[in-house]
Amino acid sequence: MKILSFLLTSIVTIGLTYFLNNSWGKIPALGKFLSPQHGVWQNAEPVDQDFSENIKLSDLQGKANVYFDDRLVPHIFAADDRDANFVQGYIHAKFRLWQMEFQTHAAAGRVSEIIGEKGVEFDRGKRRLGMVFAAENLLNELESNSITKINLDQYTAGVNYYIASLTKAQLPLEYKLLGYQPEKWTNLKTALFMKQMADVLSGFVEDLPMTAAKGFFNDEQLKLLFPQVPDSLLAIVLNGTPFSKPGITPIPPTSIDSLYLNPKSTSQPVDVNLPHPANGSNNWAVAGSKTKSGAPILANDPHLELSLPSIWYEMQITTSTMNAYGVSFPGVPGIIIGFNDSIAFGFTNSQRDVKDFYEIKFKEDKREQYWFNNEWKDATLRIEKINIKGKQSFLDTVSYTVFGPVMYDARFPADSANVKNLAVRWAAHDPSNEFLMWYELNRAKNYDDYYKAIQHFTCPAQNMIFASKKGDIAIWQQGRLPALWERQGIYVMPGWDSTYMWQGYIPQEENPHSVNPERGYVSSANQRPVDKTYPYFIPGNYDLYRGNLINKILDTMQNITPENMMQLHNENYNLFAATALPLLLKNTDESKLNESEKQFLTIVKAWNFKNNYDEIGPTVFKIWFDSLEALVWNDEFSKANSKKFRPGEKTLIEALLKDSSFSFVDNINTERIENLQELVTDALQKSTTKLQELEKEEKLPWSKFQNTTVYHLLKTILPFARAGLQVGGGQHIINATQHSHGPSWKMIVHLTSETEAYGVYPGGQSGNPGSKFYDSFVNQWTAGLYYKLWFMHEKDITSSEIKWTISFDKI
Amino acid sequence: MKIITATLLTFILSFIAGIYIEFWWSFVIISFLVGLFIHQKPFKAFLSGFLGLFLLWGVLSFWIDWKNNSILSTKIATLLPLSGSPILLIIVTAFVGGLLSGTSALNGSLLRKSNKD
Repeated sequence: MKILSFLLTSIVTIGLTYFLNNSWGKIPALGKFLSPQHGVWQNAEPVDQDFSENIKLSDLQGKANVYFDDRLVPHIFAADDRDANFVQGYIHAKFRLWQMEFQTHAAAGRVSEIIGEKGVEFDRGKRRLGMVFAAENLLNELESNSITKINLDQYTAGVNYYIASLTKAQLPLEYKLLGYQPEKWTNLKTALFMKQMADVLSGFVEDLPMTAAKGFFNDEQLKLLFPQVPDSLLAIVLNGTPFSKPGITPIPPTSIDSLYLNPKSTSQPVDVNLPHPANGSNNWAVAGSKTKSGAPILANDPHLELSLPSIWYEMQITTSTMNAYGVSFPGVPGIIIGFNDSIAFGFTNSQRDVKDFYEIKFKEDKREQYWFNNEWKDATLRIEKINIKGKQSFLDTVSYTVFGPVMYDARFPADSANVKNLAVRWAAHDPSNEFLMWYELNRAKNYDDYYKAIQHFTCPAQNMIFASKKGDIAIWQQGRLPALWERQGIYVMPGWDSTYMWQGYIPQEENPHSVNPERGYVSSANQRPVDKTYPYFIPGNYDLYRGNLINKILDTMQNITPENMMQLHNENYNLFAATALPLLLKNTDESKLNESEKQFLTIVKAWNFKNNYDEIGPTVFKIWFDSLEALVWNDEFSKANSKKFRPGEKTLIEALLKDSSFSFVDNINTERIENLQELVTDALQKSTTKLQELEKEEKLPWSKFQNTTVYHLLKTILPFARAGLQVGGGQHIINATQHSHGPSWKMIVHLTSETEAYGVYPGGQSGNPGSKFYDSFVNQWTAGLYYKLWFMHEKDITSSEIKWTISFDKI
Repeated sequence: MKIITATLLTFILSFIAGIYIEFWWSFVIISFLVGLFIHQKPFKAFLSGFLGLFLLWGVLSFWIDWKNNSILSTKIATLLPLSGSPILLIIVTAFVGGLLSGTSALNGSLLRKSNKD
């Protein structure tokens, strides 16, 4: 009897231990998770945590010190570049390890290893796009250059030194929540991160929905609906600037009409994973002639998906060859956006289309041979093994052609009703060494150094802004950009005819640029870089109103101070609404409106066009305009089988301003011809229902409606997010803050002899949700305020600004 | 008096084991051994095992939480969900440790009894 009860309690004890050691569905392994000495409590960092430590190791060339200020910004001082890279790797890992690994797992199509079967389609998409292939090509280049190779090797060694020092109890929280462990860092992971950025910034694909739209519209109509040059464009290169004769003139294929432009498409549009349409940014630099001090000021705010931990990590790196401050990407060596003792630099996305699709005809189902220039050509087969948590691995074979990987085919169709083999030609697949640019930019002393540095950069093409203490300002749209014939790459192209391939690249010196222009400033905000006289066809996913307003404001500004630049970053004036609303009001038939409709009309009439957080006007306008867009486009585009794909807001408003009897206004599903007044009035009436619902939920004020939220990288873990931030801004606005997207780093650098710089990002230096530094900058960012950046010098090592020190000594 | 000795022993030895041993359930062995070697009735053995870990995990998590200004416990207690209450999370933590420890101590004491027979 007693033995029985012993055996019973043994089973209970072992069973309970097993139960508490494993996760069950959404419940984490409770014992492992809650153990104060091993689990999540270990990640609850004391608010008075001492970050100082002394590390002794043999891998170093000499000594290195990391001084942390009160915002936990590290200032790395090392005599040798290699040591600085090692230490940067160590520091990135110490504060952001989980993020570094998770982001590169995602880039490589490996999330199924962490989250199981529900990640498989995502992973296949990344693999089939050739993300790993692209990263390998980058890795080959950067490992064949001795500078980038040694720096990256040291960076990787630093990350791995930190990983090796971790005990299970010290693992970042997310590993404990998801139940896995970090693997070793590799140079390939750094390359993968860069390709992830290339995907975010040059991955938009309108080729497939455009092709599908050809089932209903013809090319002439689509030219009108998706025009290349907006009427009101203020380009990056001042409109009217003459361009030299093009160095290359691509020849359109002879079969262009019969094979490409005219055939009606039968395919259905696809719900491909599109990067956020608002990925973009602002940057500008004003010359000394326009500033109060006489020194240039440079400003940059990259708009990206906002996340905790942030994509950015602020730091300073000082060695015998460089002294640069700014933000870095955890996972990548160097300073990505920032300044040094001589210059400042920043980026906005070019939005240029460098990704085209080709239809492939395979000989048979194995997809080993494809028809190309009248013969069968061998494809290279790449087998992708996707490991799945708790399941057997999934094998996917991808055929590689002269264009690149066949992303969509019968195994992974873009449109399952009408399967086509679609190969992707993407500039990010081409070998290049982007790291060399940052290596040289971090050390650049003047315009010539900057110009030389940016030559190394090919994809994703960026508007690279520059200002120097010598007084120069410049912007180059830099990248290796295809020279396209008119309409090339708008639709899916025939993949069996080499005349449809990219024929060459726009010569570097013909890339759009502006150096020390007379108007005293350079700027970019993802608009088309040049007016219509530029001698190349340059399709892209361009913005308009932000850039126009920045140019208009900078034109009038004089005696500029850094504070003026902060105001410009935080500008909430909605130029799009100011353009569109008068037209809407003019076409509203008030006699048809009831009391509540009139009430919202009164609100929007009184609005000052500022998308401030507490205004109701922007909410009314937004819903009204969206509703009008639906009335104008849905009748035609539903015939083109398109759920989401529509012409841009700028296109609609410019068309209506030119011609209020714009033919698409008519509802083609009715006998009679509708006019603009009917549509605008109808749209307001339809909006009122939605606005009344919002009113009941108290969500009419703009910030309640937008509900700006900085999510944790695992979007579903809401307690780790910062939701409902009281902040204005929005799409088309210089302050580009939207729901979960916006200025991810705001920087202003005043290039006086002693550099004066300001910056802020909506996150914090620590990636640990249990640290007070996890989200410590969010309130400052929300309030539109900045931190003065402490550009530390060697002489400051005894400064009281230093709160903690990590020293690395060679043994 | 034995119950106090057993509770204290469980508390101290489990704490020390937790420092040096990488897996979280080292205390299961400690509680078992305490239950085996300190002669108590099964119920008391369970109680001292329970109390030893309830106190240890309770005190540790309370201390950590206090040093952390409840930054993390509030988030975890929202996630689990324990309505965002740090105190509830501390109690659940202590209870989970106590329950497993008590069971193991009971197991130890029953082994002793079955040997005697």
